[in-house]
Parts: sequence; structure tokens; C-alpha cells
Amino acid sequence: MSFTESFVDVVGGKVQLLKGGSGSPVVVFHHDIGNPGWLPYYMALAENHTVYVPSHPGYGKSERPEWARNVRDIACIYQRLLKDLGLSTTAVVGLGFGGWIAAEMATMCHHEFSHLVLVNAMGIQPTRGEIIDQFLISTLDYVKAGFADQAKFAELYKERPDVDQLVQWEINREMTTRIAWKPYMFNQAMPHLIKAVTVPTLVVWGKNNRVVPRSCGERYQQLMPKAKLEVLEGNHYLEVEKHHELAQLTKSFIAGK
Amino acid sequence: MHLMYFTEQPMSAYPKEEGDRYGYTALLFPNKFFDAAEGSRLYNERLEEYKLVEEVGYDGIMLNEHHTAPFCMQAKINICAAILGAITKRVKIVLLGNPLPIADNPVRLAEELAMIDMISKGRLVSGFVRGGGVESLQANANPAFNRERFEEAHDLIVKTWTTPGPWRWEGNHYQLRVVNPWALPLQKPHPRIWIPGVSSRETIVWAAQHRYPYIALNLPIEESKNVWKIYDQTARESGYEPGPAERGYLIRCHVAETEEKAIRNAREFMWMQGEFTGLTHPVWAAPSGYLGPWARRAMAELRAGYTHVRGANASLERQMQNLTLIAGTPKTVIEKLRIIMEETRPSILALYGNDGRINHEDSKTCIRLTGQEVLPALREIGKSLGLESPFDLNTPVSLAYSGAQAQKPAAGAAAAN
Repeated sequence: MSFTESFVDVVGGKVQLLKGGSGSPVVVFHHDIGNPGWLPYYMALAENHTVYVPSHPGYGKSERPEWARNVRDIACIYQRLLKDLGLSTTAVVGLGFGGWIAAEMATMCHHEFSHLVLVNAMGIQPTRGEIIDQFLISTLDYVKAGFADQAKFAELYKERPDVDQLVQWEINREMTTRIAWKPYMFNQAMPHLIKAVTVPTLVVWGKNNRVVPRSCGERYQQLMPKAKLEVLEGNHYLEVEKHHELAQLTKSFIAGK
Repeated sequence: MHLMYFTEQPMSAYPKEEGDRYGYTALLFPNKFFDAAEGSRLYNERLEEYKLVEEVGYDGIMLNEHHTAPFCMQAKINICAAILGAITKRVKIVLLGNPLPIADNPVRLAEELAMIDMISKGRLVSGFVRGGGVESLQANANPAFNRERFEEAHDLIVKTWTTPGPWRWEGNHYQLRVVNPWALPLQKPHPRIWIPGVSSRETIVWAAQHRYPYIALNLPIEESKNVWKIYDQTARESGYEPGPAERGYLIRCHVAETEEKAIRNAREFMWMQGEFTGLTHPVWAAPSGYLGPWARRAMAELRAGYTHVRGANASLERQMQNLTLIAGTPKTVIEKLRIIMEETRPSILALYGNDGRINHEDSKTCIRLTGQEVLPALREIGKSLGLESPFDLNTPVSLAYSGAQAQKPAAGAAAAN
């Protein structure tokens, strides 16, 4: 299934945007390691929806907002992007770090979301365990830590990723450093603000997630009035390793089934 | 010439085999291997040695700071500097330097440094550094803003020293409601600022733009020459003619009564390989964003294990051959230092005399022999080469104070004495 790539000006910077499919809109926010391309998960969603996958400002081919200091700054830029795209009501899927951005957006302006899907989302402090600290390990080890099956890693990134891929990860990681260094991967206000988010929310967690502890998912589910938690076999990158199951869950949830 | 003594002040009493087992000796190397009783002994031995350094005729004592690693016990150079201010009389106390980006309140640093300058009666040289990646990680100071914080903290400290308060600072990384410290440096307009480095281009350019002497840390001769090429070009673009007074150099140099003993002790430099020399962790040494985009590709390959640090784990023999490590009797050492001085023309020379488990007695012997036999020869060589230091020439403290506002550092110090 085909997709298009375009660049849109938002808050003074260019944002790389992938788009494909048709139907009611679904916006997917990618992980902190960046978006590896038009994934089978997006293709499955695109069978029923118009799927938008922007690269976060400072990630992929999107311009870096040098002024941005925290994840809420990115969420603000994305609020403007949704308005410019004419998406007055849309479903939003946040993967990992992208889940944090989606949660921040929901706390700002939750009436714009029809559905919220948080997949292994960061952004809230775990009550048990810790979010793995990528800044203490190499990006290669960090990415691999999120795969249950290393063969799936190799399939997507090659056994020995190209240097260009390493450089792209480096650019993305620099941006993560700029906006999520401290506190690491959560917002202390999140447990308070997220309580008021009444959007129907599906929290999905990898049963053996080694990057973000399940206690984060449980907190989101417990704090949000209309959230339910689904646990899938797998690790952090469910959209790669369990793309079929995750797509089914996502589509059923958005369809209200 | 300005001739200084330096040691990293290692916590040499940690079990070496544990370092080998972990494969790194910084950041996550468990501090259960730190022995405070040994630490107490080592700190006090170093202080005895520093007194001897002054006695035997050195011009300065250079100190540096690192964190969360056994290769350097100086977790706060300002503490050691304050002690030296009181227990020495003549030597310059040269801090190379305070790691600015990991400080959350640079004005507090400015106060501490002012206290040291007053206690030492105007003998402080206040160098500044960015700190290594490990410093960023242990202090949880964002490495992506390391250089911005370095420059802003520097500007804030110099303003604190030179602009009467009270005033307010609303910067990009630092905000202070009231800047009005009741501790100001004795030296006017402010203590000298020297900048050490291991050849990062941005730092060389920044130092040259300010006319701050740059202290090249133990680089091979050819790399030093590249540093001076960049420095000199920037200096000329900034409107002044650079010379030896802007050039400093640190070299590992152990002196003993015999060649054999000197070389045996010099192996300790290898054992205590620090953050910049041996057991460098590719992720911690330079976290993402710490270096500019120019380093991105090389660092990405290094962190992924596709490449390895050039020159890491070079043998003692190799390092002695390329003159990045000198060891011997005074006679042989002088001849090797002469080559470095002729080739790179520094007027500030720091001799990194002792490291690792070199014991107190041998450390003192090294200091004594260097002071009595090596330093006089270096001064003669320096004279013949025209290597006049910032103190010899009474150069201005910075480009901003060049010309009519040139400082008179001796005036304040003389008044205090």
C-alpha cells in the first residue's frame, strides 16, 4: 500500500509527514528512536483509516526546534500541526515516547481526540521498576533492548545497521537529550493532569517490556477515567513484532467494538 | 617560563583486578572499592608533596577535577585550592579547571574563587573546563547544552567579578535574582583565565577569541602544532598577534635517580588510565549532543563498536617514543623536553610527575629532582627560545582588557602581602 511523504511548516520549522490510506484519521506518534519507515502496522491501519505519521520536530527529517526544552513543547507544536491538517477530531496512537507526547497533548486539548491509544507509553513515573536509561548505554543496545526477538531487529535494521542509520539514531537521541534529559522520561505533573482526560483510551503493554515498566501502563489505566489496559505478548516495539495483533486491537477500539 | 607541577591525585588504592573485570573505571564502577582510610592517607601525602613543589622552585601547582572515577580524587578543586592558598606562599594556584556546565549556580563558583584569590593573596589562575561526559552524567547536567552552559557560566562569572552589584541575570540557562557577592577577587580586573583542552576545535577558537592561554593536554607534537595553527589564526582574526604567552602544554614526565626506576614508575601512568587515555567508555565519555554535529558520525560508529579510540592502549614504549610520556633521569628528561619546547614553543609548561601507585617517597624524589635539576635547565632553554610567560610579560587577562585597560595583577597581590 502506498504512502506519500511531504513537509509541512509548523511553528517555524518543517515537519516530515508520511500519509497513507483513507477513512477517518489516525495520527501515529513514533518512538524516541525515530520512525523506521512505512511499517506494516501503519499499512494495516491504512486499510480503514487515513494514517498520518509525522516525524517529531528534531527527529528523522524534521527540522530541530533549537528552542524546545521539554516534551510539552513538542506537544504544542503538534497541536498546531493537527489544526493545520484540518484534523478537528482524530484518533491518536502514541508508541513509547510518542505515547508521552500524545498524553501531553491529551492533557492540553483532549476534546480534539476521538480515541487515544497509548502503547508502552512513557511520560509517567513508574511506581515499580525504572524506564531503561538510554543515556547510559549505546543506542544500538537501547534499540535491541526493546525487541523480544533479535531476528526482528535484524529484519528491520539489519544485523549490523548501516552507519547512516546510526547517525539518524544519533540525531534523534540528541533531540531526546534536549527535551527529556531530566526528569528522565516522565513529567511529574502527568499523574495530576491525566486524571482529567476523558477521551476513550486504550493502554496497550508488552508483557515483557524491558524498556518501560508495566507499572507505567497500570498508572495510566488507573488514573484515566475511560481507559482500559490490554497486555500483548512481547516487548517494547509491539508495532514491529506484534503488528498484526496491535493493528487489530487498535482498529477494533477505534471502531468502538 | 611558567613551570607547574601536576598530578591527577588518583585513588590508587582501589583493586586493579576489579577495574579489569568491569572493563571501565568510571561512572558505574562501584564505589564500594573506595577506601576512605586510604583516601585520607593519599590526600595528606599530596598536600605534603605540594609543599615540596613550592620549596624546590616550581612556579605553580596545577589542579584538575573529576567525578565518579578513581583516576582523580579531586571532586572539588576549590577545596584543595583553598588549602594550598593557606599552606603555600609563592606558587600560583592554577585550576584547570572548574567544570562550569555542571554548576547550577556559577555565582557561587565566582565567590569560592574570589575567596581562594584573597586567601592566597592573589595567586589564583582560574581555568575553566566543560567537564567530561562522565561529569555531565553524574551531575545530571544536560550534555546537549554543555557548551552553551560553559559559555554562559563564564560570562556570568567574569561579570560577577568585574561589575559592581547588585544586578540581575536572566540568561538562557542561568537565572539569578540578585548577583551581589561579598567576596570579590583580589586580582584586578580578575584572576587570569586559562583554558585546557584535548584539541576540541571549538574550545581552541573560543579561547583564542578571548585571548585566554590554551593549555594543550598531553598531545603528540604534531597535534599540538595543529592546535597552534587554529589558535594563531583565530587570534589574528581577533586582532592580536599570538605568541608563546598564549601557549601552554601538559606532559607526563616522571623523574627518578635511574632510568630503570623512572621507567618502572612510569608504567603507573598506564595502570591508572583515565577518562581521556585508556578505559574510555564510548557512550559516557561524550554523550549525545556533548560534541558538535562534526563528531556525530565518528561518535556513532564508536559507540556502536564499529571503530575504536585511536591511540587507546598504546604501549608505554610507543608513548615514550612519540614523546607523550617522558621518564628518566634529569639529564635524559631535559633533552626530551627541549625537543617539545623547540617544536611547540609553550611558555606555560605543566609537568605531570606522578600517577597511579607511585609511592610517596618516589613522588617526592621526582619533585625534588625535577625542581633541582630539570627546572633550571628548562628556564635556560625557555630563555634562549624567547618563551616568556603571561607573568613575565604581564599580559592583559583577556582581549577585553587588552590595551588601555591592561591589568596590573601584581599591584593587588603586593598590597596584600
